[in-house]
Amino acid sequence: MKPIESFELPSPSKVNYLNAVYGLKSWLLTKDHKRIALLYLGSITFFFFIGGIYALMIRLELLTPSGDFLESTTYNKVFTQHGIIMIFFFLIPSIPATLGNFLIPMMIGAKDLAFPRINLLSWYVYLAGGIITIYALLAGGVDTGWTFYTPFSTTFSNSYVVATGLGIFINGFSSILTGLNFIVTIHTMRAPGMTWFRMPLFCWSHYATSLIMILGTPVIAITVLLLAFERVSGVGIFNPKLGGDPVLFQHMFWFYSHPAVYIMVLPGMGVISELIANFSRKNIFGYSFVAFSSIAIAVFGFLVWGHHMFVTPQSVYAGMIFSFLSFAVAIPSAIKVFNWTATLYKSSISYDTPMLYALGFIGLFTIGGMTGLFLASLATDVHLSDTYFVVAHFHYIMVGGALMAYLGGLHYWWPKMTGRMYPEGWGRFGALVVFVGFNLTFLPQFIAGYIGMPRRYHAYPPEFQVYNVLSTAGASILGFGMLIPAVYFVWSMRYGKHAEANPWHLPGLEWRTQSPPPTENFEQTPIVTWDAYEFAPPEETEVVGKFHGEVERAS
Amino acid sequence: MIESHAATPEIHGHPALQHHFENMEQQREAGTLGMWIFLVTEIMFFGGMFLAYTLYRNLFPAGFVLASNHLDITLGAVNTGVLILSSFTMAMAVYFTQTGKLRPQVWCLVLTLILGLTFLGIKAVEYHEKYTDRLIPGRIIPGAHFGPDPHAFHLQAGAPELAQIEMFYWIYFAMTGMHALHMVIGAGLLTYLIIFSLKRRFDPEYHSPVEVIGLYWHFVDIVWIFLFPLLYLLGRHLGGH
Repeated sequence: MKPIESFELPSPSKVNYLNAVYGLKSWLLTKDHKRIALLYLGSITFFFFIGGIYALMIRLELLTPSGDFLESTTYNKVFTQHGIIMIFFFLIPSIPATLGNFLIPMMIGAKDLAFPRINLLSWYVYLAGGIITIYALLAGGVDTGWTFYTPFSTTFSNSYVVATGLGIFINGFSSILTGLNFIVTIHTMRAPGMTWFRMPLFCWSHYATSLIMILGTPVIAITVLLLAFERVSGVGIFNPKLGGDPVLFQHMFWFYSHPAVYIMVLPGMGVISELIANFSRKNIFGYSFVAFSSIAIAVFGFLVWGHHMFVTPQSVYAGMIFSFLSFAVAIPSAIKVFNWTATLYKSSISYDTPMLYALGFIGLFTIGGMTGLFLASLATDVHLSDTYFVVAHFHYIMVGGALMAYLGGLHYWWPKMTGRMYPEGWGRFGALVVFVGFNLTFLPQFIAGYIGMPRRYHAYPPEFQVYNVLSTAGASILGFGMLIPAVYFVWSMRYGKHAEANPWHLPGLEWRTQSPPPTENFEQTPIVTWDAYEFAPPEETEVVGKFHGEVERAS
Repeated sequence: MIESHAATPEIHGHPALQHHFENMEQQREAGTLGMWIFLVTEIMFFGGMFLAYTLYRNLFPAGFVLASNHLDITLGAVNTGVLILSSFTMAMAVYFTQTGKLRPQVWCLVLTLILGLTFLGIKAVEYHEKYTDRLIPGRIIPGAHFGPDPHAFHLQAGAPELAQIEMFYWIYFAMTGMHALHMVIGAGLLTYLIIFSLKRRFDPEYHSPVEVIGLYWHFVDIVWIFLFPLLYLLGRHLGGH
């Protein structure tokens, strides 16, 4: 059965979700998941650039050993705000709220998410949280670190902790609403014939992400709320002066914030599964293992938070269990990496821009994951805790992993979202620059951290300078690399080549409707009779075309 | 390969059916599942405070018993009864909506609302008692800092248990306050249901708002079913008065 040939592409129609209605109001009051995805895309890009400016300031300060560019208090605010903006306002909503929002209904053959109004509400909630946080930054900023550890945050910090906390509290609800919407949609809105095991793995990974969103986010909400109360009214469960326990705060904080790492990377893994299977024109190796490993990551991810607290008075026995479980969570991640690699074996790979990001992801995520094991080991963690090794490790996951996947996915689905092609040559060039810049930024930090450079200081002993100069040079390249797609994406919206309905020639449902799709996604509700990634077996196809590997009718 | 998914026109025709659902059944299923998932998030939200309660009950058993015994068990018990009764009337409201009996449905909703407001009224009386006893922790209310008469707890002035009592009352106010906030939201939702019931919006085919808000109402009741023994009853026999 060769589904690619067996359906008629819809005749190109001029009416699509972008031009069906016009005007600002039609965007601000839209209930169309595709338009809401674009609203999110715009706002997270805005926050990404703010976070990027903070990153730039950090790297400039660390160019020289002395604290000559930023004062120590300013520096504290800069790295705090970099973390808060990038984590809560960019990475957590990035893939789910843009690509997930746009694609999940299309991939399962639905007209929209189950609750379109709640979907729009989530964007406004996100915006409200964002505006309050921006207000806090402009009013004077916050200097606690994105972790808000008590009692510094409740008692001693002289910055806008309450306002920032409120921003994060409100923003959390947008995440909860998105997760809730995805779970209900995947359960109840699948088209006839779209069984669970016919869903693209992107949907599975978003399902797992949504589980974390709904189970974890409420905990950070109550934690931040109690923290704000504690700071304002002198009562508290976290303040040792009042008999409270600061370690309780860390438990409650990391109960969300460790799983939050999986909120950031799981959707990325979903994108990578799509890219690897589709750009090697092969059914993914071990579909159900990849699917269930997402669920396993979501479940295990909730049981490892204590590895952030190996250097607190947490009991050694608890530490041992957390260490063991942290090793265990590496297994489902490894399953994914091995299955992706096995998918590539003897396949017809095309090196288009999305695939370059996907291949970069596999390498960088593997490095990020393996160095995580150093930190999950009790003894080595005591040595590495609070050093640049940790910083390098989580940037390999968050930037090398999540951001790479986001960029790869954005290129891959750009023709569907905008109806335009991005320039392929510039795309590949940008992917390469990002990859080189990223590694030059963060590889030296592993070494600097391992030989003892602590994180969160604006000055450091001159022995570490060589690594920091390399890192700052890399960051400049990375920053430049980020500007390349930013420029050509904007350019392509007006001048890019018009995209066909199925520019990559793939079997997925989202490619079986026009680009950009009509408001209702499909002219008729599709009936699904094929599996995800159901490419014709190799002996029946003939691969032509240098890069796209277009499948020709063989018989 | 792509065919039209046939839908029977009489199901399609219901005015409450939203455009992106195939039929009322799918819409109802989505709404109910959505509420169940929302309630899961609520459990996690309250869970943070239950964790704090468990921790400090274990760390400060003496202070917690003293403070717990100071709560008004009669008012607490009456409120528990009021809420259980309101859950019953809510369940009946759902039943009458499903069977299409408009009049008893509206009455049950009104009764539920009245019982909910009764709960909030009694809670306000209790809060006021704590206010006059200066048991509001910290500086939550400006000018009324925590400072109860130690003899009310059979303690000397400056006894270390006083800080533990303050901790208990902070957890008490955080948990019951958050619960009361949920009751207020529930009362708002009931008002909405009553208005739309009077407009005859709900019928046996379209009753999911009543059902879904009913789920929420039961959840809020269940939270109280846990709060009452934890805050009022545990250690009552150790107090001696």
